[in-house]
This record gives sequence, structure tokens and C-alpha cells, in this order.
Amino acid sequence: MKIVLLLISVISIGLGLTAVAAQHDEYPVASPPFSEGIFPCSNCHAGLELNTKKRELKDEHTSIRLHHAEKERWCLDCHNGPNRDKLKLADGEIIDFTESYRLCGQCHGNIYRDWKAGIHGKRVGFFKGGKRTYFLCVNCHNPHDPKFKPLKPEPPPTRPESQYGK
Amino acid sequence: MMSLGAVAGLSLGSLACTKAGMEEFLQKHFREMTEDEKKQVIRRLEERYLKKYGKKVLISTQPAETGVLWGYGLDLSRCIGCRRCVYACVKENNQSRVHPQLQWIRVIRLKKGSLINLENAEHYYNPETVPEPGFMYMPVQCQQCENPPCVRVCPVKATWKEPDGIVVVDYNWCIGCRYCMAACPYKGRVFNWAEPNLPAAEVNTEVHYLGNRPRMKNVVEKCTFCVQRVRQGRYPACVEICPTGTRKFGNLLDPNSEIRYLIENKRVFRLKEDFNTDPKFYYFFSA
Repeated sequence: MKIVLLLISVISIGLGLTAVAAQHDEYPVASPPFSEGIFPCSNCHAGLELNTKKRELKDEHTSIRLHHAEKERWCLDCHNGPNRDKLKLADGEIIDFTESYRLCGQCHGNIYRDWKAGIHGKRVGFFKGGKRTYFLCVNCHNPHDPKFKPLKPEPPPTRPESQYGK
Repeated sequence: MMSLGAVAGLSLGSLACTKAGMEEFLQKHFREMTEDEKKQVIRRLEERYLKKYGKKVLISTQPAETGVLWGYGLDLSRCIGCRRCVYACVKENNQSRVHPQLQWIRVIRLKKGSLINLENAEHYYNPETVPEPGFMYMPVQCQQCENPPCVRVCPVKATWKEPDGIVVVDYNWCIGCRYCMAACPYKGRVFNWAEPNLPAAEVNTEVHYLGNRPRMKNVVEKCTFCVQRVRQGRYPACVEICPTGTRKFGNLLDPNSEIRYLIENKRVFRLKEDFNTDPKFYYFFSA
């Protein structure tokens, strides 16, 4: 009896793992919008000592102004300390930057659900018979300051009275 | 009577003074052409475009697939009125750029709190940046009605609904009476009042006969959901350009499509639904 139970649990864990793996392979995402030359982060960080104290950065990354629940968190709540080329989920799981939507989805669950269904965000390319690319959250929202910035609109249409005058 | 005949003769004369012109004048309605006749027409058109624009334009006549009915979704809680879609459409679909300036998408601005009042809509808004506080933006284009009034009024059947639900125009059959423009409650159609002004350098060479091939003077044109793209499985140009991901597209008959998901899970409405036009263009609110 115990063996059967054990077998069942082993199988179900296995199934669960493959399901998780399949779920993460499912999204053909665009490449994350790194600033030029900044990735891999380990280029610099590999030689630096890990400092887990929350502080204002004075020497590097000074252009980053965290405006995203900045009172509650800082860099190493999302960036993985020991290996900077990865991100870290709240449960401690280490993920790639190409899976960053899972990180965002931890708080923004309803948006994540819509994103997976293709209702939030943008998909480009072929919806059938070709390559389709899903934009990552960070392709449109700056993760450090995610509110969408106002844009200059394209020019309004010509008024009819000036269409044929010239 | 005499003068009428003379005018008719003149216009026929100017159009048909070459062999190709004569053939074009006598060409059949697109839906009555045999495959051979279609090929002939395409060859003639491609030659004409090569001469006019110095470019090899590839004209497709790809028909609708069965089991497909295209539908469009537009998220009113995300649109910021930036008009990127308007100009991506113009570029993709070879519209006349200036004199006349033809656009298939019109973005209207509405005051928050009176969204229903289209009388106060403004489409010439031009602030420094969008969105402006207190306003909503609503892009309007052909709604690809299942019961299209424009098709019903056309006296020569130059416009019709394809099996995949796209309303198209045979530009060669259109007589320019503009009844369809009067019948459309969405201002979805525009007219080439003058010879279209399409710079040769900006011609999009991947075209569909019933969609974005370069047009001529005196014909009506409209949004076709980018028929040249969607029949190949590609998203329409306006969907791809939108910086806020406002625009959604898919097959209404596919229960797993994006469009079906939003219809089933979001608050959805169709514009002027009470006219019984049965549009396949769904405005929704995601937030």
C-alpha cells in the first residue's frame, strides 16, 4: 500500500514538474531590453562582495530611480544576490531574465492571467503558421518605474477645407 | 444628350486609348473572373505598377480560409490616443499621403463621463502629450459588420463581405457614387477625390488585390483588417504598432483565440449596436 502511494506521489510530482517546465517553454518572449553592454551582470558583479544592506547606490546604476513600491523593497528583492545574471522569486526560486513575467506576476496576478491569454501586452508576428513573439512586461514597462509615460501624438488629420486647396 | 455622350466618349477614350487600358475597362467583376482571368489581370496590374512606381509589386488574390471569421478587440482602458496606428495603417495599406490625405483609422477623443455622447467627439485634438487628463480615446475604423449597410446600398455590387467576414472593395468595379460612405454609420470609408499621392519610395509591395494595392482616382477604400497580412496568419499593422497593446485580433470561430477570451472574460460593447449592423469589432475594458 505504502509503495503504491509512494509511486503515485512520485509520478504526480514528476507530472507536476513537467507541467511547470512546459508552461515556461510556452511563451516565445522577446529579448529583455537591457541597456547596452550591461548584461551579463556578472562581468562586474562576480568580483564584488555581496552587500545586502538596503542603501542608495552612489557609484553605479545612478540613473535608476526606483519608483515601484520603493519603500517596501530594493534591488535584491528581485535581483538574485549570489548570481546577478538571474532574478529571484519571492519563494527563493532563481529564474532567468527571459522569465521575468513570473516575477511580475507574483503581485500583478490578474494582469499576468490576461498576459498569458494574450489580452494584456502585445504579441507580434504570425499568430498562425510562423513565429510569434510575446513582449515581456519589461519591454513596455520600465521595471524600476513602471507607470507608462505620456507620448507625443502623431499629427491630427488634415481638415477637409485644406485638403484640396493647394 | 449630345454633350453627355461626348463626355462619356471622352472618358472612355482617355481610359482606353491603350490596349491594356481597353482590357482594364472591359474587365469583369472580381468574383466572376476565372482563375486564368485573375492571373491576366494581376499580370497587367503588376506591369502598370512597375511602370508607375519602378517597383515589383506582388499582388495576392489569396481567398478566405474556411472556418475563419475575423474579429477585432480594442481595449478602451489602454488606448492613449497617440495615433501610431493611423500612420502605420497608411504606410502598410498604400493610402494617398497628402492632397488627398486618406486615413482608415480615426481616433476620436471623448470627455470622461460622457462616453456615450459621440456628438462631442473630437478627432483634431493635438496636445503636446497624450493621454490628457479627463479624456478617453476611441479609435474607429471599419467595423467589418456582419450585416453591412454599405454592401446593401452599392448599386453595382462593387463591395461585398468575404467568407471570413472582411468587407472588401473591387476598386475596378467601383463607380465612385459614394452611397456606401453615406450608409456607413462609422465613417469607415474614404474616397479618392483626386489622383492618389503615393510616393514611389513608400509603396508597400506586398499587396492583396482586394486590399492594399495602390488605388486610383474616384474609388472608395476602407480598412480590410489588413487582408494581405491576416490571411497569411500575421497580425494587422495597427495591432503590431500599438505601444500600449490596446489592439487584439483573432478568429471568432476558434474558442482558444485571444478575441474569444476577451469577449468571454471582459466587459465588451460594439459601437452603435442598436443599428443591427452586427459589427465584428469589439471595444472592451480590461481595467
